[in-house]
Amino acid sequence: MTKLPLEGVRVVEMTVVAAGPFGTMLLADLGAEVIRVESVHHFPPATRGWMPRPPQFLVPTTGATFGGTGGLQTYVDHWAGDRPWDRWCLFNALNRNKLSCCIDLTRPQGIDVFKRLIKTSDVFFESNAAATVEKLGITYDVLKEVKQDIIYLSMPGLGCSGPHKYCTVFGAQLQALASHTWLTRYPDLDYTTTQSLLFHCDFASGATAAFAILCALRYRNRTGKGQFIDLAQIETVIPHLGEAIMDYTMNSRVQEPIGNRHPSMAPHGVYRCYGEDRWVTLSVSSEEEWQGLCRALGNPSWCKEERFSTMAGRLENQDELDRYIEEWTCRHDHYDVMYILQKEGVPAGPVLDDRDAYHDAQLQCRGFFEVVSHREAGTHRYPGMLWKMGKTPLSIRKPPPCLGEHNDHVFKDVIGMSDDEIAELEKEQIIGGDEYLVESIF
Amino acid sequence: MPEQALSDVKVLDLTRYIAGPYCTKLLADFGADVIKVERPGEGDPARRVGPFFQDDPHAEKSGLFLHLNTNKKGITLNLKSATGKKILKELVSNADILVESFSPRVMPSLGLDYQTLGAINPKLVMVSISNFGQSGPYRDFKASEIVEYAMGGEMYSTGIADREPLKLGGNVVQYQAGTVAAVATMGALYAAELQGSGQHADISIMETQAGGGDRRIFYLLGYACAGAITTRWPPPREAVRMVILPQGVYPCKDGFINTLSLPQWWPRYLEAMEMPELKDEPRFQNIFSMEAGLEFDALWYSWLADHTKDELFEKFLKVNIASAPLNSPEDVVNNRHLKARGFFAEIDHPETGKVAYPGAPFKMTETPWQARHPAPLLGQHNEEIYGKLLGYAREDLVKLRESGVI
Repeated sequence: MTKLPLEGVRVVEMTVVAAGPFGTMLLADLGAEVIRVESVHHFPPATRGWMPRPPQFLVPTTGATFGGTGGLQTYVDHWAGDRPWDRWCLFNALNRNKLSCCIDLTRPQGIDVFKRLIKTSDVFFESNAAATVEKLGITYDVLKEVKQDIIYLSMPGLGCSGPHKYCTVFGAQLQALASHTWLTRYPDLDYTTTQSLLFHCDFASGATAAFAILCALRYRNRTGKGQFIDLAQIETVIPHLGEAIMDYTMNSRVQEPIGNRHPSMAPHGVYRCYGEDRWVTLSVSSEEEWQGLCRALGNPSWCKEERFSTMAGRLENQDELDRYIEEWTCRHDHYDVMYILQKEGVPAGPVLDDRDAYHDAQLQCRGFFEVVSHREAGTHRYPGMLWKMGKTPLSIRKPPPCLGEHNDHVFKDVIGMSDDEIAELEKEQIIGGDEYLVESIF
Repeated sequence: MPEQALSDVKVLDLTRYIAGPYCTKLLADFGADVIKVERPGEGDPARRVGPFFQDDPHAEKSGLFLHLNTNKKGITLNLKSATGKKILKELVSNADILVESFSPRVMPSLGLDYQTLGAINPKLVMVSISNFGQSGPYRDFKASEIVEYAMGGEMYSTGIADREPLKLGGNVVQYQAGTVAAVATMGALYAAELQGSGQHADISIMETQAGGGDRRIFYLLGYACAGAITTRWPPPREAVRMVILPQGVYPCKDGFINTLSLPQWWPRYLEAMEMPELKDEPRFQNIFSMEAGLEFDALWYSWLADHTKDELFEKFLKVNIASAPLNSPEDVVNNRHLKARGFFAEIDHPETGKVAYPGAPFKMTETPWQARHPAPLLGQHNEEIYGKLLGYAREDLVKLRESGVI
């Protein structure tokens, strides 16, 4: 095959933070031409940084800064530079293979340019708070008049209808609303001491949104009809918690968090290994795996104790069981434990920190990381494709776009505006630009 | 009933447990004709995983299985027998998509690798979902939810400093892999329909986490670009306070509330608390000071203690602060916003009667999500598929059943 799956499909997107960008990234990876519409007059927080020009004291120097949230804040080389918005790792991780142009949608001439862009496009994809597209006057009803078969996806946290439609939420709030925070906790500590910055929901909703677009595109190819897709991010994560929800709807049981344990497997958990903050996970789901574990540990005498001989017994006595296992694991390297246990058919794997994962043999061998050169961020190995395709291999074809990097291409080649028209609108700062005109609040 | 987006798509589903079935559930719920192929006698091992309806461990009463297999048809087939393989190949010639989630050695060892099946049906999209992918040194390793999260995901930075890393609740890593696999499947189907050729997609659960699990993709880039290793952090209250503002989970009258704030939101908190005068107090002028943070905490905690989590959520909603009650699964099922959106769907099943299930993950105006039928009983559609679709006579089916093929 000569073409990527979505080659020829144009997606215009206005996404913020992580969920929306991840969704359009998957479409861009599949070959769609994804054009981000941004604005030099408006800085959406947590998208290209937390603020346009952070003071250096707010730029973390290690991943442990800000109580370990460093990974959410990291700039290339811990240096924000002249164009911080082009050097923020969270943005650069989620926006490869896309283009960026700047249009001020708060002015009528900006809306006019935007509509001309929509006219040439297949999909409009946005992840702003529900009020945003209403305020800007670019709702589905409006864009449908511009492009009759447009596929329009909105993905606010709580969707486009319902009493809490206008609620402001990030991933961490959606996790709490959906009961995922409830289910993720050390059983012996209360919620205030368990970290709350989990964002599974962003990735669940991004991937689900990409799936929704593919369904709608295929239907449009078949029937010529576009449509509106109302995606509430919370409703993409609740199905991921189906067992807990069904336990309540079937049995009126409210599941409580069980930490690293499992309702029907023992041993099951995380065990300390040799070295500082080194851990391994393992789980035993059958008699066969239990025998494998005993062999791997050299059949110590405790393995033969009556109380550990059945799954029920192991579940009942797992505190003691875990202590025995940890006495063994803490003398070994976390990767070594994986190799020793896997050889005997026991599911086991080290807890990989970012450095371990970056150098991991499996990811290396499968060519997961790809070298990307970026005008403002330099050359690095980026996390790559989420799957492999035999005949249409996917890859990082373009680095994440700098703000407004593709202004010329979009206005001239895509929309077909004249040089004069572009110059005039640029002069009034309605289109174009590559740096934020809004100041940090500090 | 309205048309569905995938109502002309035929899927052969050889998946088990969670990741694969969630992928094919998404296809089935949006209209695809999914035939789930299970092992005679035992079926999908998820049938033996709880929670069970009324706690009765019965193969047709697993909540996990019922949830993951809505809208699919079920047949039984022994893929190890020669006749079983022959029948599978007949089904392949009728299918657009085949999804499987065996360990990578299984399909080739059965003689059912992509080369063989693609030769039977060149437009076939074959999707393989496995723990570590179809190649590489870990190819044959075993894994489970916690192992996948430890290796692919961000378990290392989940939890708090001085404690062990913490697994995310539930089986979300596998569900996420299934969701990503559905994107890959649709991408390959799109290409097959426009370019006339199917292909094999290889999905490694580890890579769905490393490339798109909770936080890991940007933490990995943070390491690549700045050497940053993100660790578990101290409990929020003990962490050094950079700003006055609340961050994290706090106790209130009847539970807990979560909030994540931006520096510019400081006046909004004062508005929500109905204490606008604090804005001018000298002790609250430097919002980056730890002392100011501790002083504010005293007021903040006592105010929270007077309100329920739902009251607080409504108050924050009014002033546009990001917050959320820490809901239990019960709260989710009874949530008034989700009710107003009609999220939960009642599905009738012969063994459980009507039960509420999580419903549409998104609403499409032209081609909506539908609960057409419940998860299949083991072998429920044998006669329909083998008889009507493949044209086997009743006597043939009896023979196949007696010889353990179906």
